[in-house]
Amino acid sequence: MSGEYPLKDGLITIAYIAASALFIFSLSGLSKQETARRGNLFGIVGMVIALVAAGAAIKDGNYILLAAVLIPGFIIGALVASRVQMTAMPQLVAILHSFVGLAAVLVGFATYRGDHQIAPNELSVHLLEIFIGVCIGSITFTGSVIAFAKLQGTIGGRPLLIPGRHIINIVMVLVTIGLGVWFFMSPGTTGQTALLAATIVTGILGVHFIMAIGGADMPVVVSMLNSYSGWAAAAAGFMLQNDLLIITGALVGSSGAILSYIMCRGMNRSFLSVMLGGFGTEGGPTATAETPQGEVHSILAPEAAELLQQARKVIIVPGYGLAVAQAQHSLAEVVKMLRENGADVSFAIHPVAGRLPGHMNVLLAEANVPYDIVFEMEEINDEFKEADIAWVIGANDIVNPSAMDDPNSPIAGMPVLHVWEARDVIVMKRSMASGYAGVDNPLFYKDNTLMLFGDAKKVVDEILTSMRE
Amino acid sequence: MVRIAIPKEIHPGERRVAATPQTILRLKKLGFDVSIESGAGDGINCPDAEYAEAGATVVNDTRRLWADSDVVMKVRPPEENHHLNVHEADLLPEGGWLVGFVWPAQNRDLLHRLADRKATVFAMDCIPRITRAQKMDTLSAMANIAGYRAVIEAANNFSRFFGGQITAAGRIDPAKVLVIGAGVAGLSSIGAAKSLGAIVKAFDPRSATKDQVHSMGAEFLEINIAEEGEGKGGYAKEMSDSFLQAEMALFAQQAMQVDIIITTALIPGKPAPKLITQGMVESMKPGSVIVDLAAEQGGNCSLTQPGKIVHHKGVTIVGYTDLPSRMANMSSQLYGSTIVALLEELKNEEGMHVDLDDQVVRGAIVLHEGKLMYPPPTPPAPPEPGVPTKSMAAAVVHSNANAAENGDKGFNPIWLAIAGIILIGVGWIAPASTLAHFTVFMLACFVGWQVIWNVKPALHTPLMSVTNAISGIILVGGMLQLSGASINLTTILGAVAVLIAAINIAGGFLVTNRMLAMFRK
Repeated sequence: MSGEYPLKDGLITIAYIAASALFIFSLSGLSKQETARRGNLFGIVGMVIALVAAGAAIKDGNYILLAAVLIPGFIIGALVASRVQMTAMPQLVAILHSFVGLAAVLVGFATYRGDHQIAPNELSVHLLEIFIGVCIGSITFTGSVIAFAKLQGTIGGRPLLIPGRHIINIVMVLVTIGLGVWFFMSPGTTGQTALLAATIVTGILGVHFIMAIGGADMPVVVSMLNSYSGWAAAAAGFMLQNDLLIITGALVGSSGAILSYIMCRGMNRSFLSVMLGGFGTEGGPTATAETPQGEVHSILAPEAAELLQQARKVIIVPGYGLAVAQAQHSLAEVVKMLRENGADVSFAIHPVAGRLPGHMNVLLAEANVPYDIVFEMEEINDEFKEADIAWVIGANDIVNPSAMDDPNSPIAGMPVLHVWEARDVIVMKRSMASGYAGVDNPLFYKDNTLMLFGDAKKVVDEILTSMRE
Repeated sequence: MVRIAIPKEIHPGERRVAATPQTILRLKKLGFDVSIESGAGDGINCPDAEYAEAGATVVNDTRRLWADSDVVMKVRPPEENHHLNVHEADLLPEGGWLVGFVWPAQNRDLLHRLADRKATVFAMDCIPRITRAQKMDTLSAMANIAGYRAVIEAANNFSRFFGGQITAAGRIDPAKVLVIGAGVAGLSSIGAAKSLGAIVKAFDPRSATKDQVHSMGAEFLEINIAEEGEGKGGYAKEMSDSFLQAEMALFAQQAMQVDIIITTALIPGKPAPKLITQGMVESMKPGSVIVDLAAEQGGNCSLTQPGKIVHHKGVTIVGYTDLPSRMANMSSQLYGSTIVALLEELKNEEGMHVDLDDQVVRGAIVLHEGKLMYPPPTPPAPPEPGVPTKSMAAAVVHSNANAAENGDKGFNPIWLAIAGIILIGVGWIAPASTLAHFTVFMLACFVGWQVIWNVKPALHTPLMSVTNAISGIILVGGMLQLSGASINLTTILGAVAVLIAAINIAGGFLVTNRMLAMFRK
């Protein structure tokens, strides 16, 4: 390959600026459904510009090698994207985060090894940037892999709580700092061992961190890892002195941070308490919270179908159970029939319903549910009292009244959907087991609550059959 | 045995009667002896024979019917009987009881006449509108009928369909109906108009009626002035000038759009507020209809003539004051039931008695053995349903919000301090070139922060996948390592980074595209 510059440095910088601007347009385009697709297109255009410019910027670039890895990468990505089930979105997002983390680690090592002219006065900062970048990348990588495995169901959703886990974490952080000092002291590229050791320690830290977080907190975890992957990219930008990477990383990092904050607020928990992990198992909630008393009224699908057909206003509250059972298409069919009958049907989406921010919206969209009947919690919570039927599908903690009226409940203060204000509540669940929070739900014992047990997909199909008769 | 007499109504055009065969059955069951004037049921197409079958004695002689009674049940207040040349009040035996509409505030002379007879008089129009007295609430029963009938009158005078249709002969738009005042009559009108297929909008200064209006399926019009119109006893109170102006502006605007206006606005003890001006009437489409349920109190429309239908520049204004009487059978049935409910309250084992401590009795009684009892002492203000709890809930929410704010404020200085220390540290050790990058980094963080807050929660998953794709920009970092033809560990590391970041970019953008394609209205 020739050593010439196909483009001048100035043009490359301009291309980077254009790409950054397009990324910002892309994110702002996502604020509304109407402009979202255009936003995505902006992102793609920005990425193409960035890649062309970066390709041009490589000194003495090995383009054959580049093509040899770039093209298979794109093909794999495209295949994965076109094959993935919408219910598996959380897993996909998690595994993609891990890629960014791993790439950051690799870039960090490569940069360290690479022959770069670094002024002596900038060397220490440069080393610090590499070290931070590699550590963040490593945590993101292993944490995302664990999050993926939890979401995939490969390992259980229950938090793994090793005694003294906080101390273990602190020790690991201290060890990492120590390795960092060693790394700084090592001349030339001899700090590789220290860097590798730090990568492993932070990797273990990432595993341990995410293992201790329960399945219901996954929306926070995924958003947080999203944020980390951004910071990892930004750190890579610092070590490579590349503003495009810095800007993009910062955008992604703050995006993830905001999502984490929104998710935490949806559960009325502080970010710290989620990160410290172990939701629902601390102090044995059943001992402190009131155990609800009363009888459970259970019905079968044909009765539920009849109730739904007679109702004028139905509000559906979907939860993770809907996603697990893949019941969204049958549900959409039921909704269509109810709407054709003249009923007013809407969906109420709790901010943390599902395992990913906005998870439910995507599932419903996939099933062709019009988005203008899908409402956020604040928009619809007052409407339950006018509803004839609130239909809860595979959700538990987000409709638990004890969050409001039992100060001892572990989920006290978490904003919940007021389904019990509807005339009748139909709750679809697999069994009487409690949700991820491990809290018993008094809703199930209320007089106006009718329990409909079974797999969501199967039961919704049965309802559909009864309605067609 | 207590003897009840039901005379034939003599007011011109009045077709109602104070009892139907069904209510007479109930009176008999309560142990009353019931007599009815011959022909009393003519207006509701109910012959004497049916009353007789129900157990009433049919009496031909009006004077004897009154004279031989303990309690007289009427609809209209007693008035001069031109046929017999005697006032009905004078027909009532000394110390007799009378139950019916009295309107004591407007009929002072009548009260004096009845007081002279040492009469005990219950006014059905004075039954307190409290929960316990709902079954005796004649006004609501009559308002319900009037509201329904108002729609029927409107439809009768409106030469188009109410409901929309798509026919082979073309498309027919539904009629638009505006109902002013969402009391019992207003809500009843909404229901009737809605079931005829019209598009119904309603306005009421009392915001509490919003839910009721919605429950009937109508749109609730609002004006942007916060003032609560809830007065005493479920009526609206008079509103401030600025509110009235905004209200009038709303009506003026609506008048041009709607086909039918039904007004039901009454303020107790005052003439009906004038809400529809001549100009508004003239701005309506030709063929439009106004039904003014407040006609008897002067009308909500300035062109209303009580008791008549007026045509003004193509607009029909119905000012009937006898809408319940136009549905005499229904009205008599409901009216009779409310009277039975009141008599049930007044009866005990020995006969009739008056318990002045009973809030309902005290409200309804206007004369007690000739002594004027009207107006009743103001009852303790009824707890206004919903209002205190609402304000309490608001207060609770407010205090929560405060706590949250305080919490934030409590944290802020610490975070600010940490951020400050980090910034100083960075400034201390970082060389100038890094600081330039740091500036870019901070600015990008703020831009990201601003942009992301606008993203709808429904789009959070696409947002994540797009940011995922974008963070694949780390590919650039790997790419920059692919220099030189030789393959060494550095280039291999870079190449692997490029490979996985490429998966990220393609996967992220494509899956986002797939998701966004699904969102449809």
